[in-house]
Amino acid sequence: MVATEPYKIVGTRPVRPDGVDKVTGRANYGSDIKLPGMLYARVKRSPHAHAIIKNIDVSKALALPGVKAVVTRADFREAGPGLIDIGEGPPVNLRFMLDNVCAGDKVVYKGHAVASVAATDLHTAEDAMNLIEVEYEVLPPVMNVRDAMLESAPLIHGNELTGGLTAADMGKRPSNIANRVEFEMGDIEAGFAQADVVVEREFETAMYHQGYIEPHNATVIWNQDDDITIWTSTQGSFSVRTASAMILGVPVSSVKVVPMEIGGGFGGKIPVYLEPHAALLSKKTGGAPVKMWMTRDEVLEATGPTSGTFARVKIGARRDGTLVSARVHLAFEAGGFPGSPVGAGAMCALGPYTIPNAFVEGFDVVVNRPKVAAYRAPGAPAAEYAVESVIDEIAEQLGMDPMDFRLKNAAVEGTRRPDGATMGVIGNVQVMEAIKDSPHYKSELEGENRGRGVAMGFWFNAGMESAAYATVVSDGTVALVTGATDIGGTRATHAMQLAETLGIPYEDVKPHVVDTDSIGWTGVTGGSRTTFAGGWAVYEAAMDIRVQMEERAAKIWEVDREHVRYENGAVHGPEGKTFTFKELAAQLPHTGGTIAGHADVNPTTVGAAFAGHICDVEVDPDTGKVTILRYTAVQDVGTAVHPSYVEGQIQGGASQGIGMALSEEYFYDDNGVMRNSSLLDYRMPTALDLPMIDTILVEVPNPGHPYGVRGVGEVPIVPPLAAVANAIYHATGVRVHKLPANPRNLLEELLPPEA
Amino acid sequence: MSNRIIINTVINGEPTEFLADERDSLLEALRERIGLTGVKEGCNNGNCGACAVIMDGRLVNSCCVMAAEVEGADITTVEGLAKGGELTPLQQTFLEDAALQCGICTPGFLVAATALLDVNPHPTEHEIRYWLAGNLCRCTGYDKIIRAVQHAAERSA
Repeated sequence: MVATEPYKIVGTRPVRPDGVDKVTGRANYGSDIKLPGMLYARVKRSPHAHAIIKNIDVSKALALPGVKAVVTRADFREAGPGLIDIGEGPPVNLRFMLDNVCAGDKVVYKGHAVASVAATDLHTAEDAMNLIEVEYEVLPPVMNVRDAMLESAPLIHGNELTGGLTAADMGKRPSNIANRVEFEMGDIEAGFAQADVVVEREFETAMYHQGYIEPHNATVIWNQDDDITIWTSTQGSFSVRTASAMILGVPVSSVKVVPMEIGGGFGGKIPVYLEPHAALLSKKTGGAPVKMWMTRDEVLEATGPTSGTFARVKIGARRDGTLVSARVHLAFEAGGFPGSPVGAGAMCALGPYTIPNAFVEGFDVVVNRPKVAAYRAPGAPAAEYAVESVIDEIAEQLGMDPMDFRLKNAAVEGTRRPDGATMGVIGNVQVMEAIKDSPHYKSELEGENRGRGVAMGFWFNAGMESAAYATVVSDGTVALVTGATDIGGTRATHAMQLAETLGIPYEDVKPHVVDTDSIGWTGVTGGSRTTFAGGWAVYEAAMDIRVQMEERAAKIWEVDREHVRYENGAVHGPEGKTFTFKELAAQLPHTGGTIAGHADVNPTTVGAAFAGHICDVEVDPDTGKVTILRYTAVQDVGTAVHPSYVEGQIQGGASQGIGMALSEEYFYDDNGVMRNSSLLDYRMPTALDLPMIDTILVEVPNPGHPYGVRGVGEVPIVPPLAAVANAIYHATGVRVHKLPANPRNLLEELLPPEA
Repeated sequence: MSNRIIINTVINGEPTEFLADERDSLLEALRERIGLTGVKEGCNNGNCGACAVIMDGRLVNSCCVMAAEVEGADITTVEGLAKGGELTPLQQTFLEDAALQCGICTPGFLVAATALLDVNPHPTEHEIRYWLAGNLCRCTGYDKIIRAVQHAAERSA
């Protein structure tokens, strides 16, 4: 622990302000809304992975009693060119976003939306959906990234994409490669020439879903005066406003987004899917509220996932354990439209290390699968799985302890990454040392078919815009208003930072999350940014209140402003004059009126995150089943504002990473139909699959934040893939090059080939 | 439009009569007809446990029960756990132990864990994990949920 400040509230573990509502069932999530005259709607989706739409006949659906409106692509305006930055991940081309919300001439994945229908009740809407007739000309699908990159592959977007196989090739010929990124530092060939050990391996990871338990939902009223109100569960109400307005072709000011409670997102609840459909259905009915939510198979087949990936990694080291050169090739599936997180994966791939010579290239490749969305540290888990597996193998070849090898090459403050960024104050070394010092790492693992793996993870974290508005109430409390949807306790971490700054009790802060008309622009709850950037806004708003309270006290006491100071939750003046916060709050209404602090911030002083995980497994050699025996997650968390929720982020991220390593995957047949689109068959870890996840919080405060906060949410999903894979190797002697290492995949590696 | 039926039940201790579509699941009826939206839909096919309720003493996924089947039944939802303004020990330990992040799975976990402690007041960690394996949580990794159940069991000792 490196905590430097004696905080009173930051670092404690109070009950979250929205807690009681969430344990009594009273909290209102998106699909809990019910409005007078509300209609229910469903989306008609493509049964084919790749097809041309020849005709859509909605007449039978419209004729069904109770049906009020049907929407097809003809009801959308045609989008011109333009980019939308919705938050986490690369900016999105407006027309591709529209095409994803409602297919144009073509469907490009099974589950692609082609129409929607609203009716007086859900069953009628479903019946009507089944009466919509769509005629398709089916095309051969392209289902994985390596096939899609072949010159012989069918082109999903005709002549539109020309990302190229090399920098020189870019823009020259059509392919399924939408984009290519390249980072270069030093001279890799000269570097490899100095190496005594060079390891080059290829890796694959499956497509995985974020797996939030709450399906996507939206309820919309398009009023006759063209005011549009959207109630939805989203990570970013302002992103929904921007994207919906641009898709619908209306001014952003005519759209109000009311963020409801959100049942998980992990990056997947940033794009819009349903909102434009519900809006147009409402418009067609003359302003009836239209509510829709997805079934689970729709969630799996048509939202989220993260890229299936291919990676080739070559790393060289000297005999003394110094890394000298690295070459990383990444190819990521974007789904049906461009926009995989390969750029972020390329930025993170070598993050934990100082390597003088490096070349990283990444390809964004369209395939006939759902358009990927951000997923917790987007791109980093797959990229770093490949690198951390090779690092483990080199350490073994050199006969070095895997943590000593990593420590010898650890990135430190000032280390330059291949993408050009330079590391600030980071806790990478401290995390590595904490692993070595941990009871888990020091313990002996005994027994047959058992092994221990370690792996590091890096994620750069994000800043972005946040706003806060805080009103002093006459009873001495503060009403805190933000636009950050609370996905896992940020009302608490914001209220704690406000209380700390004002020196008042945590219980005296009442946080509220409000709609897009009621607060300044606030970026998505994602990118590990909300406690960091939202905390900055809250801190600035509190400082604004402090200044105004000093001014008010000076006025009441009739003394010079400079003789008054705010300290420890009270205002102090000359001759021992003092107002506690509560006393002055009570005076405000009749000494000039209410005081409110506000701030709109866009902090760039983000602190990068490092994590290291230790995993013990036992592998059943007969079935290929892997059991996690013990798991410890170490992370530099900057300052743990609410340690319980920091631990929770780490435990949740680790569990999702374990799911990627062992059990989760999109399983498609040759026709491009997902064959496991349920939560029984898309196999996320259950309580029975996991042990307790022990956490060790290392606190290296971020100097770019008033309380030293760095984002904590994303990086814990990065190390588990390689930690598990390395543990499997040390248990079985088999290196895992394809995830998930479920029994089917692992047995192929473990069993000798049939004679 | 299909047929409507009148159903008589006791929900959270209150005799309740409601009108349902014959195709409604209990989940749909509770949420859309009766307004008990604490019961959550996560998968609608019995895999996630977010819609768990206690029906005549048995833990069931309400998405897999037809509304028509509950005539005469006694049903407890998350809304019925707290009695007389007091949270139950489980609700209290879920708050204190930070056993929820987004909270969408929480009603199902609370109902399922209540049903567990009713039949096994002092479960082992393995017994808790086994019983709760029908409830999916994507945020927490289960660690703090398991501890909250353990702490609630200790409290009611």
